[in-house]
Amino acid sequence: MNRFNLFKNDVLQQGFVVMHYLSKLNCLVALLFIVLMVPTLSWSKEALPLAEDPEVEARMLKLTENLRCLVCQNETIAGSRADFSNDIRREIRIQIKANKSDQEILDFMVERYGDFVLYDPPVKATTLFLWFGPLALFVVGVGTLIIYLRRRRIQIEEVSLSAAQRKQAEALLDGNKGNKV
Amino acid sequence: MMRYLLPLAAFMVLAVFLLVGLTLNPRQVPSPLIDKPAPAFQLQQLHEPEKVMASEENLGKVWLLNVWASWCVACRDEHPLLVQLANSGIVPVYGLNYKDERDVALQWLRKFGDPYAISIVDPDGRVGIDYGVYGVPETYVIDKKGIIRHKQIGPVTVDSLEQTIIPLVIELQRQT
Repeated sequence: MNRFNLFKNDVLQQGFVVMHYLSKLNCLVALLFIVLMVPTLSWSKEALPLAEDPEVEARMLKLTENLRCLVCQNETIAGSRADFSNDIRREIRIQIKANKSDQEILDFMVERYGDFVLYDPPVKATTLFLWFGPLALFVVGVGTLIIYLRRRRIQIEEVSLSAAQRKQAEALLDGNKGNKV
Repeated sequence: MMRYLLPLAAFMVLAVFLLVGLTLNPRQVPSPLIDKPAPAFQLQQLHEPEKVMASEENLGKVWLLNVWASWCVACRDEHPLLVQLANSGIVPVYGLNYKDERDVALQWLRKFGDPYAISIVDPDGRVGIDYGVYGVPETYVIDKKGIIRHKQIGPVTVDSLEQTIIPLVIELQRQT
């Protein structure tokens, strides 16, 4: 037991100690096991890309980056791992392989899921407020500010002092100085 | 007076916008398919895989298409209502078994009841995409000419049946 405790933290040493106590047969089995492991270790390699055609994949990703996942809203179909997005990505791959144009694919999506599926909604009657609302608010805000500032300038009158008033003011200011210091 | 009224009016407008926003559900994406022809399909039947059902077979009658799956928990909520509706004979309900496994789906129907006139299967969800399905269960009301008149996203409820779906079905059945 002491020997075990001595090498407690040294896994390698412990391994040798254990090996020492194993029967010859067990040793063989262990060796065999290690030998069999070697090929799987050395032959493992980088994961293959999922798509067989990188060009199709690139186009699909570019398209789906502008499409909304309807299940996990505020995620793109490119970035979402929802089942829904998987299906749409598969569908778009099929359509790309069928030589559909980008516009045709986007139209296909809008026909089924509405403009909401686009992160870049088209300008039309129902989206005018969305597109130009912020600009309108900005114009109204700036206009209001300009009018307000102009009116204020008119309200502030230039007041000129008479000689007597000026003297009085200077006297007051001097007096103040004296008091403070 | 104006200097107080104007900000107040602006605030009121904002408040109304926000209030309306609170009552909207972002999950209810209005379907662009309403008042458009229901996408045609030819699908294998669930009970008899050797048989195929085509959507044109239902032309001339008002019908419901209910998209469901055994893995869909909300489908269990609406299921008793669909069974009731089917038993009432008001309108035939067709089931689209969406991205499911046949055995499990059949077992599910045996367990919870089978309201469907015919069940069809869409194993990889491609017909689902045509119908703009994104959250099962979904239910479509389709009229005699094969036009989609209404889409219920999420489970049907007593309210949605009594206030929307059934009145609409009865109205559509009167049309020729």
